[in-house]
Parts: sequence; structure tokens; C-alpha cells
Amino acid sequence: MITIERLTKRYDDDVVVDDVSLEIAEGAIVAVVGASGSGKTTLLRMINRMVEPTSGRVLIAGEDTRATAPHLLRRSIGYAIQGHGLFPHRTIAENVATTPKLLGWDKARIEARVDELLSLFGLEPAIYGPRRPHQLSGGQQQRVGVARALAAFPRVLLMDEPFGALDPIVRAKAQADLRAIQRKLGVTVVLVTHDMDEATSLADRIAIMERGRLVQEATPVEVLTHPATQFAADMFGADERPFRLLSLKSVADLTQPGEAGGEPIAADADRREALAALLWSGRAAAPVTGAGGERLGIVTLARLVEAAAAKAR
Amino acid sequence: MKAAAWTLRLLTLALLAVYLIRPETFAAALAPLAPAGAPAVYTQSSVLELAAIHVAIAAVATVLATAAALALAVFATRPAGSAFLPLFRSVANAGQTFPPVAVLAIAVPSVGFGEAPTLIALTLYGVLPVFENALSGIEGVSPAVLDAARGAGLSPRQELLEVELPLALPAILSGVRLSAVIALSTATIGSTVAARTLGEVVIAGLATNNLAYIVQGAAAIAALTVLISDALGALERWAARRAGRG
Ligand SMILES: Nc1ncnc2c1ncn2[C@@H]1O[C@H](COP(=O)(O)OP(=O)(O)OP(=O)(O)O)[C@@H](O)[C@H]1O
Ligand SMILES: [Mg+2]
Repeated sequence: MITIERLTKRYDDDVVVDDVSLEIAEGAIVAVVGASGSGKTTLLRMINRMVEPTSGRVLIAGEDTRATAPHLLRRSIGYAIQGHGLFPHRTIAENVATTPKLLGWDKARIEARVDELLSLFGLEPAIYGPRRPHQLSGGQQQRVGVARALAAFPRVLLMDEPFGALDPIVRAKAQADLRAIQRKLGVTVVLVTHDMDEATSLADRIAIMERGRLVQEATPVEVLTHPATQFAADMFGADERPFRLLSLKSVADLTQPGEAGGEPIAADADRREALAALLWSGRAAAPVTGAGGERLGIVTLARLVEAAAAKAR
Repeated sequence: MKAAAWTLRLLTLALLAVYLIRPETFAAALAPLAPAGAPAVYTQSSVLELAAIHVAIAAVATVLATAAALALAVFATRPAGSAFLPLFRSVANAGQTFPPVAVLAIAVPSVGFGEAPTLIALTLYGVLPVFENALSGIEGVSPAVLDAARGAGLSPRQELLEVELPLALPAILSGVRLSAVIALSTATIGSTVAARTLGEVVIAGLATNNLAYIVQGAAAIAALTVLISDALGALERWAARRAGRG
């Protein structure tokens, strides 16, 4: 869907993005991670030409982005940033309607789309639509920022630390919303983040930037178990790695026949949650239940511990 | 508090209106200030007409100054014009350091006596406040908002007209108000080069040592200026609310 070919950005003698090539599949979520100043934002902004590359090119659905005027190109690419950038002089509904209006949609269609998106993000259109941005909480503003970016059915959604300023609970909710909405709309997402949990839980693939270069691009499991560089290994934290690994899969395929007592664990719960539940209640095994509450078997502490080891794969 | 302010406004407006339409009404009140035997109320020309010209000159000067200042500020904040910003700043500042009388004196030989030199002086004076305010208004738009505007697909022109200028409007209006106040008060001295403004009443008073003339002229100019500044202030607050601050 997005092909990044030998993309380089230089400011004077500073090579900020250095010969990056990357292929992003349609409908995938790619997280771009790396230290501060490693060139993540610059890479992202070269995709919608907010920054013009020094050399290299970007293709979206096979078409060179330079074939379209920048402002027209951007109408087909969603863009959501930290600090949302909502227009303070426009209502929430008008903010969300920005790109559809630029594209000349008729009023009824814009209105329907705005209502649809606000509802999708849990904001009652009749209540929040007529409000101004300053009348919303930070979390709500952030959601409106993402809704605005999605309004015109973009093929691609670029996000630069969109949830960075949110508290952990609101952030988790926003991430879950994004995942659900992305699955529903099938949009391709490139997400810059400093939050490794966000990267591993949300993304299909993780791209690691180090001093302007792309040092690894792989699935979360791969970057966790086989980091390409020392930096990539450090980034996920040696003390956190096994737990992150566990959080990537559900307990469903660790379930085995047997009997155990106590509070059951849902089959679609992730393994990290299951481990935590067992450790906390001091049990060696717990019953596993399906979506309808039916007993599927048990999951044992031993199997979970085994699954946390990188060697196991 | 609000009621008191409104009472004061309406009272000022009423007194001004009465003076401009029937100045004789104040003859008895002003008589103690006039020299013995001299008239207490200025009647050589219609004060209503003088006030109209006074306001018209100030309004035209403010509009011209605003247009010029906005053009300069917009140009100086575009990528192509940013190099000119320091130049515009110093020129506008230099303009402000000339005393208005000097501008009048320089303008008279080239455009003659009357309203024209006054208009030139007032326009030059009005540019700086609007320019500085427009600049800070445009530069004060949050970078995240501009980034989002660009990211959403606004063209540079749409970005200016739909985001930057609406958000800078309260600041711009505050500059316009400042310019208008300067123009209204400075139009007074236009009378020294034969512009027909309310300054004529004050100058007649100075020339004939008639304190009554000086007081009525000065009071009329002050009332006019306060009322207009007040109205522009209300406009400014309305714009600030619309820009989403409040
Ligand atoms: N317009 C610019 N002119 C000069 N240097 C720039 C410019 N924009 C970015 N840089 C430099 O490029 C480097 C990469 O910046 P970038 O914003 O892409 O980093 P980042 O990975 O997004 O960092 P962070 O995680 O802190 O957001 C930095 O060293 C920055 O100083
Ligand atoms: Mg960044």
C-alpha cells in the first residue's frame, strides 16, 4: 500500500532520515519507534509531504506522491498529531468536517459522516457536535482529532504520538477504539510512538529507527525475541520483555484439559493478564471459559512461564 | 457595574448628540468660561458638520492604514516574505517616531492645505499598531493548529483565510481600535493646516483666548473618541469569543 523507497532527508549536513526503505501492507498498522531525534516524525511527514524528501520517493497504492499537489495529496491521507490541533474557532462538527468540506461533499453527506464518526468515538453528536474544542476534555479532544483525520475515508492514516498526552486509562481506551475502528475501516496506519506497550499491542509490524536509519522492521514477536541491534533490545527493556511477549497472545491455545478451582479466566484474555491473575491469587492453574461462559479447560502457571521464554519459539 | 457603565455610555452619547445638534443648549453652562462679551458657543460653522468630517477623516485613515498593515503583516508571515519582516518592523516604527505635526508640515507643500495632509499623517500613524497586532496575532496561532490545517489538506490560501486570519482577528481588531483612537485624537491638529475637524473649535478658542471654545471642542472630541473606542472594544470581545477563547 505504501512503498517508501530510499528516502533521505538532510538539513544542511545533518542526515535526519538516512536511506530508509519500507513496504507497508494495505490495512496494516505499523508502529515507528526509536529514541528522541531519531527521525520518526520526519519520516512520517515525508509520507504526506509536510516535509519534502531530499532524495528517494514514496508510493501510495503504486502512485508517486509527487504526482499530486501537496494539499490535494493530504486530503486522501489522514493526519493526527499529539496536541490534536483542533481549530478553536470551529465547532467539533465543523472540525471533523474539515476535509470532506475541502473535497466538496454535499451537506447531507458531511453531516451523516460527522455523526457517524462522533458516535464511533463515543461522543454523542447532538451534545458534542455543536461544542467548541475548549469545552471538551483532553481525551475527548484527542478522539476528535483522530475522527477528523478519518473523516474523508483516507487510504492512509498517519499518527504522531496521538495518545502521548493522555492518562494511562484514557490512553488504553483510545488505543482499543483505534484498533476496533481501524479493523472496521481497513485503513493503513503508520503510528509514531514512544510507548512500547502501544507499539507491541497495537501494531502488526514495528519499525525501529536509530539515528535516521531503519534498523529493523518486523512483527512485535520478532523484534522482542530477535532484536537486530543492542538498541532495539534495550528499547523494550530486559525486565519487561517476557511480559510483553506474553501480552501478544491469548490464553486460548495454552488451554489444556483438566480441573482447577477459583476465578475463571476468559479464553481471549492475554497471557500476561492470566499470569498476573494466577500469581496474585497464588494458584498453579485456573479454569478457562469461552465467550458464553462455558468451561474449555484449564491454563497452568507452568505453561504460561514456558510461553514467556524467548527460546520457546 | 454593567448597568452603571451603560448609564455612563448613554449619558455621554446623549450629551454629545445634544451638543452637536443644538450647541446653544449649553450656552448658559459655558458662559462663565467665555471672556466678557464673547460668545460662549462656537457658531462660525456647524459643529455637527465638523464632527462628521472629523470622524470621516479618521475612519478613512484607519481603513487605509488597516489595509496597508494587513497586507504587510500577511506578506511578512508568508515563507516568501519572512526576510522582509525586520525591514517592515523598523519602517513602521520609524513612521511612529515622527511627530504628527512634522508629518503635516512635510505633507502640506506637496498636497496643499486641507483634509489631504491630515489624512496622510493619520494613515501613516495608523499602520504600526495594526501591523504589530496583526503580526502577533498571526504568529500566535498554535503550531499544532497550523500543522493540522496543512495535514487536513488546506491550501496555503485557505490556511490564511480560514485559520490564521480568523484566529488573529481579535488581535487585529485591537490594533484597529488603537489606530482609530490615535486617528480621532490626532485629527484635531489637522485644523492647523485647515482641515475642517472639531479641532477648529479648540483652535478658535486658543486664538481668541476663549476657554469656553476650548472646553467644548475638547469635550466633544473626547466623548466621540471614547464612544467609538468603546464600540470597537465590544467588537473585539465578540471576535475573541468567536475565535474560541472564552
Ligand atoms: N526543520 C528542521 N530543520 C533542521 N533540523 C531538523 C528539522 N526538523 C527536524 N530536525 C532534526 O531532525 C532530527 C530528527 O527529528 P524528528 O522530529 O524526526 O525526530 P523524532 O524521532 O520524531 O523525535 P521525537 O521522538 O523527539 O519526536 C532532530 O535532530 C531534529 O533536530
Ligand atoms: Mg517526533
